[in-house]
Order: sequence, then C-alpha cells, then structure tokens
Amino acid sequence: MILEKSDLILSVKGLTADVDGTPILKGLNLDVRAGEIHAIMGPNGSGKSTFSKVLAGHPAYTVTGGEVIFQGQNLLGMEAAERARSGVFLAFQYPLEIPGVSNLDFLRVAYNSRRKAQGLEEVDAFDFDDLVEEKLDVVKMNPAFLNRSVNEGFSGGEKKRNEILQMAILEPKLAILDETDSGLDIDALKIVANGVNQLTSPENATIMITHYQRLLNYIVPDFVHVMAEGQIIISGGKELALELESRGYNWVLEEALGVGVSS
Amino acid sequence: MTIEVSPSSISDSLLNRDAFLTGLLNQVTTSETTGWLQQLRDSAVKWVRHSVIPNTRNEEWRFTDLSLLKEVEFNSVDIKTLEKFQETALEVEIFPEVSYCLVFVNGVFAPNLSAITNLPPGLKIGNLDILPDAVAQEYLAQSEGTRDVFTNLNTAGLNDVAVVWVGKNVVVQNPIYLLFISVAGESAIISQPRCLVVAESNSQVSLIEEYTNRRGAEKAEDEVYFANSVTEIWVNQNAQVSHTRIVIEGEAAFHIGKTAVTQARYSRYSCNAVTVGGKISRHNLEIFQTGEQTETTLNGLTVIAEKQLADTHSVLFLNHPHGVSKHLHKCIIGDRAHGVFNGKIFVPKLAQLTDASQLNRNLLLSSKARVDTKPQLEITADNVKCAHGATVSQLEDDEIFYLQSRGIDQNNARKLLVNAFASEIINFIPVNSLRDKLLKTVVSLTNK
Repeated sequence: MILEKSDLILSVKGLTADVDGTPILKGLNLDVRAGEIHAIMGPNGSGKSTFSKVLAGHPAYTVTGGEVIFQGQNLLGMEAAERARSGVFLAFQYPLEIPGVSNLDFLRVAYNSRRKAQGLEEVDAFDFDDLVEEKLDVVKMNPAFLNRSVNEGFSGGEKKRNEILQMAILEPKLAILDETDSGLDIDALKIVANGVNQLTSPENATIMITHYQRLLNYIVPDFVHVMAEGQIIISGGKELALELESRGYNWVLEEALGVGVSS
Repeated sequence: MTIEVSPSSISDSLLNRDAFLTGLLNQVTTSETTGWLQQLRDSAVKWVRHSVIPNTRNEEWRFTDLSLLKEVEFNSVDIKTLEKFQETALEVEIFPEVSYCLVFVNGVFAPNLSAITNLPPGLKIGNLDILPDAVAQEYLAQSEGTRDVFTNLNTAGLNDVAVVWVGKNVVVQNPIYLLFISVAGESAIISQPRCLVVAESNSQVSLIEEYTNRRGAEKAEDEVYFANSVTEIWVNQNAQVSHTRIVIEGEAAFHIGKTAVTQARYSRYSCNAVTVGGKISRHNLEIFQTGEQTETTLNGLTVIAEKQLADTHSVLFLNHPHGVSKHLHKCIIGDRAHGVFNGKIFVPKLAQLTDASQLNRNLLLSSKARVDTKPQLEITADNVKCAHGATVSQLEDDEIFYLQSRGIDQNNARKLLVNAFASEIINFIPVNSLRDKLLKTVVSLTNK
C-alpha cells in the first residue's frame, strides 16, 4: 500500500558491489517506504539476487561504493547478524539445510536474539511454543516440521514455507523475498503468498525479487522495478509487470540502455 | 589389531630390544607371588620382552607417532602417595542418574570414593576380590583382543581390576559409573587401569567408563602420565550391554586404551566412545561376534584442538550368519590437531546375511587441522549387505550466513553448527547430565 507521509525505511543511493573483483551492482538507487511492496524483476544475471545478499550482509560480496540507510542507520556498517536483529529479513532462494539443529530451537534462538536487540526479555521454551503454534497457521505448516532438523529433507515448498514462518516469527521491518516463488507448485505458491500478505502491514515493507509475473498475481506490488546490468533501469506500477510478461525484457533494455543510461 | 608372532618362536637374542619398553615393564611388574594370576602376568611379561613399541613404519601405527611418549621417563605408582590422594578429596562428580560408582586411582581401587552398597541380587561390583578364582580365570585376559604389546604390558603389571558382574536374567536399571583417575604429581607416572565386565545370559546393563585426570586440581593439566588401560567385556547369550566410554585426560597425558568385546549369539552391544582430552590418545576397539544374530552398534566422537592427536582403531569380526553392525565415527578437529580413524570389518565366508555399515565423518575447523581416515571392509561372504564411507568437511560459509541472517552472531552460529555435528553422537548417551556436560566441553574446546 502506498501511504502518504509514511516513513522512509530503506534508502539505497549509488550502490556498487563486487564479487571476487567482478562488479555486479553498478550504481543502484531505491527508496522504500513503510507499507510498500516493491517487486524487482529482470533477466538472469542482472544483479537481483546480489542486491538481496548485499542488503543482508553476505560476506562474499564487497560493497565498493554508495550508501544504504535503513531506518536512519548506516546498514553497510553492520554485521549480518546485527542487520537481522535490527529488522532486515532475507527469505532465501535456496534455504540451507542444517542437520542436527532442530527447527524449533533454531527459531527460538533467532527470535530471542531479535528480542534481546530490541531490549526485550528472552522468552522461555514454553512461551515460545505457544507463539510458534499461532504462527504455524500463517503458512499452514505441519507442527511435525518443528522437531525436524532445519530444512533437512524438506521439499522445496516446505523450505519456502519455513522461510515465511521464520519471517512471521521475527516480524521484520524490511522483508526481502529472493525468488520465493521458484520451485513452488501453484498450491504451495498460494499458501506462501497468502502467508506474506498476512504479514504485510503499514509499518513494514517488502521487496520481492522474481523472474515471473505469476507471483505478483498473489502478492500485488505497489512498485515494479526492472534491473539490468546492476542498476534499476525502469520503475513503474504493477501494470509494468504485465507488460513485461507479454513483451519480455528486451524492449525495456533497448529503451533504457539505448537512451544512454550510464553504466 | 596387531597380530604378532608367538614369542616362543623368536630367539632370545631379540629379547628386550626396546629399552623404553623394558623400562616400563620393570616399573609395572610387581613382586613375585604364585598362583594363576602370576602365571597370567608371567606369560604377558614374556610377550612384552619380545616386543617393541610400534613406530610409524608399522601399518597400524602409521599416523600415530609415539616418539613423544618414548621421550618421557615414567615411574611406577607409589601406593603411599595414592593413599594420601584417596584421603584428600579428589573431585569425583557422580551423575544423578547413576546408582553405583566404582573409582580407581592409578589403577588401584579407591573404596572411599566408590559407591557400591545396596547392590541388587545378581549384581557384583568391586575389584577382583568379588569374583571366585574360577570365574576370574575364565574371563580375565582371555579375550581374543588381548594380543598386543600395550595390552600385554597392562596384564604384565596387573594388580587390581575393576569388576562388574551381572548374573543371569538380571536387568540393572541405572547406569554403572566406572571412573579411572590418573594422578601424577611431581614425576611422570604410568597408570594401568584394568576393567572386566561380564554380562551373563539374558542380562542387561549400562556402563559409563571414564578416564580422566585429577579434575579441578591445580596444575593437573601439566601432569604427565601414561594411562594404558584395558577393558574386557563379555556379553553372553542374549545379553545386552550399553557402554559409554569417555576419555578426558589431562593436556599433557598419553592414553592408550583397549576395549575388547566378546559377544555370544543373540547378544547386543552398543558403544558410545567420546574422546576429548589427552596429548596423544589411542582407542583400540575390538569386537568379536562369536555367534549368529549378534548386533553391534558403535558410535564414536573425537573432539580435539591445539596439537592433540587422537586415534581410533576399530576392528569388528563378524564371524557368524545374520550379524548386524552399525558404526558411525565423527571427528571435530581444530587448530593443528590430528585425528586418525581406521575401521576394519571382517566378513568371512561363514558370515552370510551380514548387515554391516560404517561411516566416518570429519569436520575440520582450521586450515592446519588434519585427519587420516581409512575405512576397511574385508568380505569373503557372498550374500551380505555392507557399506562404508568417509567424509571430510569444513563449516560452510553459507550455512553460517544463513544463521547470521536470522540474527545469530557468527560465533554463536559456529557453536550451533559444531554442537549439531557433535550432538548426533552425544545424544546416543543414555545419561542426560553427562550429555550436557560433554556438549559444554565440546563447545569450550572448539571455541578456544
């Protein structure tokens, strides 16, 4: 939802980043305000996933320039864990399997680190169980998954549901969903999208990274941006996604890069 | 297992070739007595006199160099010193889940520290005095696995034995704790714990065996000692033994331990062996299945750091049809530590329909950590199911990042992952308080 006079949650200016010395992001600008849902689309290799990982603080990416201000703070000066505790959440494209760590314990440790950072008291196992039970409903997840190791042996759909469950528990200020629709069948997609919709509010914001317009039928964005060569080359409303779906990316790339967008 | 040539076939010119070993032997042998026990010692002395301490040219010791051991001059244990130690309070922490506790200090029974009263009928716990000679002779030093130099050195100096005897059809509910403490004091000592466990047919028992130093005492970590232990376990027909073996020796200590298990038909034996301490430690785990439909489960965990070396050599003889064995050994190796695993399984022609699996998984926490692993299967039977494998890995950056992205610090993320790797084995241990204690030890070791 686009709200008047809502707070600026994220402000990215001229962001450039390398991986192993290869520049991937080449001057990215983006403003995200509370209540908004942004979709970032673009062809393979345009830097979408890199952008999400740079925001979350993945150590393999080196920021070489620009700034990222998150709720008035310099996000780039924070460690990955600190970013998460201050309210940035990245739903992974490929969530990792962590054998030997129970999903429930993992969720509790994560929840308590966020609470600690907010100056709140940590919750014990019993209270946490109640909280989780309530949140399970958001993604219609079977409680049996709580006692299994994190993502171990989960199907693609279950992994993505587990990501959204983590999001429901951590209640981030800014959620970045990296190709959350990939690998999902239509029913799972509906459940995951429905979960995300329940979690959006006028206080938080969402960035969705996706290849396909399909997801945007279920989570309706306020803005659609197209990335190419490490920049956002065009932005528009949700109708832009429909146009991309029917016409592909080439016309945008020609138009945008053709008219001399600096790269 | 080291198969050695029978000593009688070697000429006397080869006697006492190894001055270090002869020195040890002279320290451990006790004054002459007569009787069956002395005969046992004498024949072991003969073995040792014809043997040498293995070097790295010996295949079984290729990765475990004992030169550091040979540099030390070990003395025998002064019994008077021992008595003094038994009076002063040694730190003996008994787990709440444990009902009976047997404590040996430098291989000598410490009744004041032990708790072996109110034993149920059919259960005997104590030292060799509790067994009639005839029973003792039938079992003591009679395992197939007693034929190597260190085991014979132990037998040569045998003077006290921790004994657990579980009678026919007796089910012991709570675990029995066997604690072997080594105390060196000023000069380096050799300590030779010995343990004999007999589970008669249809009985059931759970053991926790621990080797450690004078915990909590000042400078205990600097004490140099050589614990050369031997445990023989007899699991008779349809009996069930659950065995947890913990090695937390001092930082300057050497530990060479033998566990020889003889299993009769329909018996079940499980071992959870955890090694976290000692400068150089070696566990020789030998299982002999002597009847059909016998089950063996071996779980092992080695957690070492700094310059420690820990070696596990296991050998399983599945000599009869329908034998089952599962073996999972894990190593977590930090700093410049060195882990060694060698697991052998023999499946001869007679052992049809064997189901054997073995897996060794290693987690290296630093670029200087090293592991040598060698899973070995020798199969001559043609209708069996056997699997073996080994993996070596490091903590993945992506795994750590995943945890970090949920607000968990890098340090805690590493802890969580190491903990998870170790818990798979530690969770097999049937005593909660011991599990907690071990997990804490593992985390502190890997976070130095």
